[in-house]
Amino acid sequence: MTSSSDFDLECRNVSKSFGSVRAVDDVSLEIPSGSFFSILGPSGCGKTTLMRMIAGFEDPTAGDIRIKGRSVVDVPPNKRNVKMVFQHLALFPMMNVFENVAYGLRCNGVAAAEIRRKVADVLERIALPDVGGREIHQLSGGQKQRIAIARCMVLDPDVLLLDEPLGALDLKLREAMKIELKLLQHQFNTTFVYITHDQSEALVMSDRVAVMNHGRFEQVGTPQELYHRPASAFVAGFVGDANRWAGRVLSADRAQAKVETDGGGTTLCAVAAGASLSPGDAVEVFVRPEFIRTERLAGFGAADGNVLTGVVDSLLFNGANSRVLVRAERSALVEAGVTLTGGPDDLRPGEAVRLTWSPDRASCFAAAGAGG
Amino acid sequence: MRERDIRRLSLILLFAPFALWILLLIVLPHLGMGVLALREKIGPRQFEFGFGNFVEFLEEPIYWNTLLRTGSMSLLVTALALIIGFPIAYYIAKVAGGRTRGALFLACLVPLWVSDLIRAFGWILLLRETGVISTSLQAMGLIDGPVELLYNDVTVVMGLVYTVILFMIVPLVSTLDGMDNAMVEAGYNLGGSGFTVLRRIIIPYAMPGIVSGCIIVFMLSAGSYLTPILLGGKYSSWFTETIYEQFITRYNWEAGAAFGFLLLAFTSGVVWIGLKLSRQTLAGTVARS
Repeated sequence: MTSSSDFDLECRNVSKSFGSVRAVDDVSLEIPSGSFFSILGPSGCGKTTLMRMIAGFEDPTAGDIRIKGRSVVDVPPNKRNVKMVFQHLALFPMMNVFENVAYGLRCNGVAAAEIRRKVADVLERIALPDVGGREIHQLSGGQKQRIAIARCMVLDPDVLLLDEPLGALDLKLREAMKIELKLLQHQFNTTFVYITHDQSEALVMSDRVAVMNHGRFEQVGTPQELYHRPASAFVAGFVGDANRWAGRVLSADRAQAKVETDGGGTTLCAVAAGASLSPGDAVEVFVRPEFIRTERLAGFGAADGNVLTGVVDSLLFNGANSRVLVRAERSALVEAGVTLTGGPDDLRPGEAVRLTWSPDRASCFAAAGAGG
Repeated sequence: MRERDIRRLSLILLFAPFALWILLLIVLPHLGMGVLALREKIGPRQFEFGFGNFVEFLEEPIYWNTLLRTGSMSLLVTALALIIGFPIAYYIAKVAGGRTRGALFLACLVPLWVSDLIRAFGWILLLRETGVISTSLQAMGLIDGPVELLYNDVTVVMGLVYTVILFMIVPLVSTLDGMDNAMVEAGYNLGGSGFTVLRRIIIPYAMPGIVSGCIIVFMLSAGSYLTPILLGGKYSSWFTETIYEQFITRYNWEAGAAFGFLLLAFTSGVVWIGLKLSRQTLAGTVARS
């Protein structure tokens, strides 16, 4: 596993300090060829610094960066076969679309006829075959996005870095571009490294996601792993929505813990692999709204797992992502997923309900400060 | 109805100073000069309409040689100001941050607080035969006798560059300021060398600022009077000096007015050619808001 070119990009114990601030702290990653890898984290977590080190704009304080198995730490940015789509795209406004795409080829000394062929080919592949003669300011937001990608892809990079390129687009276009980016990545079959703070972008597009916080990777895994089996409280809170309760451990074994929440109730929840909890520990419990089942109180049978009763406080309608807020006895508001059809069976505020969820679907972590 | 009158009155009042300035200080004097320039002197206090003053300019090589010399030296001053000013502007706009930036900008401005005259005398103090440089070179034993560093073309060009370089730096800083750093990084990322990035990205981006700075600097140095006279001496052969001579020494206002128009036409022509060559427009450079 150690010395192979199966990986397009490897980082080994990379660190970067600015003065006394450690922006990136001992990060290691391996990205197999042709995959879509995302680095997800809040702003200021060091993800942009990590990307700039991969592109060569910053030198790591320690550690090694390898592209196709070869160390690039001493290679200047213009000699690395890593191309980057910038946050605001950084298309050259004084050149037209053709010249923008041709720029990198000209830098490499490609012959004029070859340049024309390659540019036409890449514009064809991003489905914008006729825009070559246009000026940059004549393009729409989505077209600019695709030109920025084409400008990199025409150079056949080993790795394409994307630095939150969808941030400036409006919501509708962003949704469309997510799918388009994924399709483009399949089409070009190049390794994409995508930096974002938007968890839905990361989950939808990626093969694997690294969640980054305070310069470190909290967890690296497939989107499903991150979502269903978060390794730390930060990941559970950052990826997806979750109800978050503070509590104290009553009893625990390696797989399951019984927790008394500060609101008063008790709940059974899964313990993350490798973590050990003992009675009395302060913990945080995370339960995703869509795993909580809401039923009217009248005429229920026996329920297994965790049960909570309460009164519907309000309904938050958002199509398929609709939520019901339930005020449980002596407890804070609980958010639960609900299907609202608009028919007479829908829940209404003021109704008494019972909430149930499976212990596997609740996860608990030692409270912040005790570490992940 | 009354409200509209008030609005119209306030518009007129606001517009008046500008209109007066244009009319009294620019249009009228030029009309007067135009009339003067087209009068031919045929005897004492006898004048006739004609182009004689312009013909005289063409027939006397010393006049148009002086004009060409002024033009070419001003172009040299412009080129030097650009070559020296561009790295300074780039440093101020892109490299220096926060307080350094302000301090550097101020340092560029400070020479403007002193009048042209005093600045020129500063140079004289340094460069004359008994000046600071000559004496210290002698004291160090590097030269045997005193040297005269004034009254040559190099000194004139140097003095002019020093006087006008700020007008090159300011427009350059403001254009370079608007350039996204990511654009330079993208230039490197896509495989460009430092030279390629400069030639294909930074300079094209800064073009409006470059052209605007060049126009201002060229006009200022072609039209300057004090610096060439004081540093270049009697034989600096600057065209403004020729105009001055016609007006004051020879009391030939007709020729002076004609020469004034020739200078205006010549410099405007050079600027026009420069704009055509760089494919820029006045509206996109000097008149940019």
